[in-house]
Amino acid sequence: MNTAAKEPVWIPVSTVTEFPEDGGVCAKVYGEQIAIFHFSSRNEWFACENKCPHTGDMVLARGMIGDSQGEPKVACPMHKKSFSLRTGACISGDEYSIKTYPVHIEDGTVYIGIEDPGTQG
Amino acid sequence: MKRKLVILGNGMVGHRFAEKIAEYGGTEKFEVTILGEEPRRAYDRVHLSEYFTNRSADSLYLSPSDWYRTNGIRLLLSEPAISVDTVSRKVTTSAGTELPFDELVIATGSSAFVPNFEGVDKQGVFVYRTIEDLEKIMSYAKQVSKAAVLGGGLLGLEAAKAVLDMGKESHVVEFASRLMPRQLDEAASSVLKSKIESLGVRIHLNKETKQALGETSFQGLKFVDGSVLEVEMLIVSAGIQPRDELAKNSGIEVGQRGGIIVDDELRTNVYGVYAIGEVALHKGMIYGLVAPGYEMAEILAYNLCSPGQKTKSYAGSDLSTKLKLIGVDVASFGDALGQTEHLPIAYTNPRTGVYKKLVLSPDGKKLKGGILVGDADAYSTLLTLYLNNVELPSEPESLIVGTPSEEGSAFGSLPDDAKICSCNNVSKGDLLGAIRSGSCSDLKGLKECTKAGTGCGGCIPQMNSILKEELRAQGKVVTEHVCEHFKYSRQELFQIAKVKGIRSFEEMIRTHGMGNGCEVCKPAVASIIASIYNEPIQKHREIQDTNDKYLANIQRGGTYSVVPRIPGGEITPDKLIVIGQIAKKYDLYCKITGGQRIDLLGARMEQLPDIWKDLVEEGFESGHAYGKAMRTVKSCVGSTWCRYGVQDSTAFAIRIEERYRGIRAPHKLKSAVSGCIRECAEARGKDFGIIATEKGWNLYVGGNGGVNPKHAILLAADLDEETCVKYIDRFMMFYIRTADKLVRTSAWLEQLEGGIEYLKDVIINDRLGINKDLEEEMNRLVGTYVCEWKDVVDDPEKQKKYKHFINSEDADPTVKFIEERGQKRPVDWPKKELVSN
Repeated sequence: MNTAAKEPVWIPVSTVTEFPEDGGVCAKVYGEQIAIFHFSSRNEWFACENKCPHTGDMVLARGMIGDSQGEPKVACPMHKKSFSLRTGACISGDEYSIKTYPVHIEDGTVYIGIEDPGTQG
Repeated sequence: MKRKLVILGNGMVGHRFAEKIAEYGGTEKFEVTILGEEPRRAYDRVHLSEYFTNRSADSLYLSPSDWYRTNGIRLLLSEPAISVDTVSRKVTTSAGTELPFDELVIATGSSAFVPNFEGVDKQGVFVYRTIEDLEKIMSYAKQVSKAAVLGGGLLGLEAAKAVLDMGKESHVVEFASRLMPRQLDEAASSVLKSKIESLGVRIHLNKETKQALGETSFQGLKFVDGSVLEVEMLIVSAGIQPRDELAKNSGIEVGQRGGIIVDDELRTNVYGVYAIGEVALHKGMIYGLVAPGYEMAEILAYNLCSPGQKTKSYAGSDLSTKLKLIGVDVASFGDALGQTEHLPIAYTNPRTGVYKKLVLSPDGKKLKGGILVGDADAYSTLLTLYLNNVELPSEPESLIVGTPSEEGSAFGSLPDDAKICSCNNVSKGDLLGAIRSGSCSDLKGLKECTKAGTGCGGCIPQMNSILKEELRAQGKVVTEHVCEHFKYSRQELFQIAKVKGIRSFEEMIRTHGMGNGCEVCKPAVASIIASIYNEPIQKHREIQDTNDKYLANIQRGGTYSVVPRIPGGEITPDKLIVIGQIAKKYDLYCKITGGQRIDLLGARMEQLPDIWKDLVEEGFESGHAYGKAMRTVKSCVGSTWCRYGVQDSTAFAIRIEERYRGIRAPHKLKSAVSGCIRECAEARGKDFGIIATEKGWNLYVGGNGGVNPKHAILLAADLDEETCVKYIDRFMMFYIRTADKLVRTSAWLEQLEGGIEYLKDVIINDRLGINKDLEEEMNRLVGTYVCEWKDVVDDPEKQKKYKHFINSEDADPTVKFIEERGQKRPVDWPKKELVSN
């Protein structure tokens, strides 16, 4: 019961075509704001919380994506602090970090993996 | 137990001494206390007059507020020493505190020397020395229209400029027969005088003051020759007087005419008591400049921190100075007045207001001194040649006439111990060491590592050439790469895009870059493409900087502000009402901007297309307040309304703003047009500014407000409208083509080799033969303008991008406002974030 990593619950968000290439959007998933990025130049998808941990503003989906030494990242539009889209760590070296989520594409639909909201209480 | 070191005086020199003590590890050995008379920590007195414009002490402070604490140094403010007991070895402060000392360093500096004429104590007479003095001057000046400065030296002329800047009639009264009598000869003074007079400052030479007029308050000066000058305020800047009163009263030996006598190791006659800076009298000299004080501070700190080793001694200082006075370059160094046997070479050009003089050794081989007025570009070269006693080229006049020789060529042969920065005593070897250690590869880094170039800044051109030479020698490419994804500078990327016809970021990075790009190179390429092709920027939405991407400025809380274009600040009552109605409809906070427009704040992202639609329907268009683009052109009311106006500045401003609206550039661009020399539109604080003259328009370039305010420099005078526009076309395109990313025109101009003279040569004389090209490019940009808001308003597909959620019509529920002064504003960011830093 408490040994294997729990398989996330996959929530469909929208169709692939709704997403801008090399850009981000924000989705509402069980009341959470999640930023989803179609990193088309790497042929990868990433998701993270939409909240800037520095100011608390819900803006990360509007940030610009890119890479730093190959690490995919998003730059927050407020003060250009960069976060790894893989680990959520702040690349500019600040102490805060962001939560990331797995993304899964199936039949042209984008799914976000979150822990079963039912068990979170 | 630590020895007790007490420093009297927390001015520039006292502070530098404390810094050096910390740097040499002296805080391990000493318990350091500094006493300051002023209520604030040490600040940059050399740039004091900047306080008149920015009114902020913050930018003048020499160290962060926690510097003293971090370094374990105790600082007592508003608490000067009132007595020194050299027998029981203690200092008593004004608060009655007794501070025992083992070592005492007196760095009390000097006060303004006030001549003792009748009525000098009247209300309305001020000295010019501290921030508090400036505050008193500014406050009193509100009630006067004319002010005089007593003293035509460096500081006096600075003060006269400040008076002029405050909008007052400004006079300078000088006892000697010339301005800056200690630095300039008659010819140089006369060139400087006519330059300064042309700016509106009136200069009175050969005037010995007899008495101050007025009952209780100051009303003017009466001179020994019987003449009278009616002014309502007097600022005395007639020299300095060492603050040696403590020393005098405690048995420390002072000179006949003041100043604490020190030897070559800066020791006074009392054991363990030292004096440095403007209070010290060394070999009969009192130095009224900061550089010698810094040198003394360093030597004394070194000697106190490393006992037993060989001590350093002070050998006197050079009195060279370079300043910009009311926009006029003035420099003087060495035996400028030719007081020893010498061979002079001088060049005067009354038309351009330039005077240059070299004082050579009788055989013409060595430089002994010199003077530069109106054009001091050669200063750092000349100073280095002089300080290092370098043999001159066979035609030394080439140093001051004709085109300057290839930069750097005169320096390659300099020995490593050649002093480059005399303010901070940094040698060529120190600079090379810092560059070779790999810790600094650009000018900014080099300044931080070595402190060179952080004083008067006169050595920056040389630092630059030494840096470049050394980097080249190491085989490094000197150009600035945009970021890790492109091994090119912005200028190079611009040429690549233009020559190869590259129209997208994807194409650029695929053909000339690596990786996926980032928030630095994407907007840079976006700006380049926009400057060349001028397509609506929404076509390249995902590579735009955040504000360009949403055509509005992101603000706290993630909402946006909307600024419609109001060319020249002119607006009809109807349009004004419409803006108010739209603001009311969407519940927006309103504020008049610094650029004569109206800012509507607090718009949610999803409201933007609707707000724009309403504005566009009423005839408004985007003001590009979000863009690294041409934004606003301020104006005054000019000759149409103003009783002083000589040209129609409003009409011209509107024409300029409409011509260049929205043109993308390496950084934002602002402009202004003033209808007369009173400059109510503050045109010289802009990237390009235009000021009306009786004969036409003067065009100034390279100014800005911002972090480092800068006055624009005259590019061309008395132009007709067509020529003025033509020159602006060329100037803007040349800047757009060649500036580095996010570099404003002021910094660009500073970095441009050859500076304003070179720019004039390019813009006016077509030195590069590219002007036709520049004009055509500009005409193309002007001709292809479209309003970016309208582009979205007309396209439902584009409007979809403004929803907050992709899968819901809801607005962001976290956005919250509170009410303040009758309007809304965003709630503050979480407290914990606000207190960090």
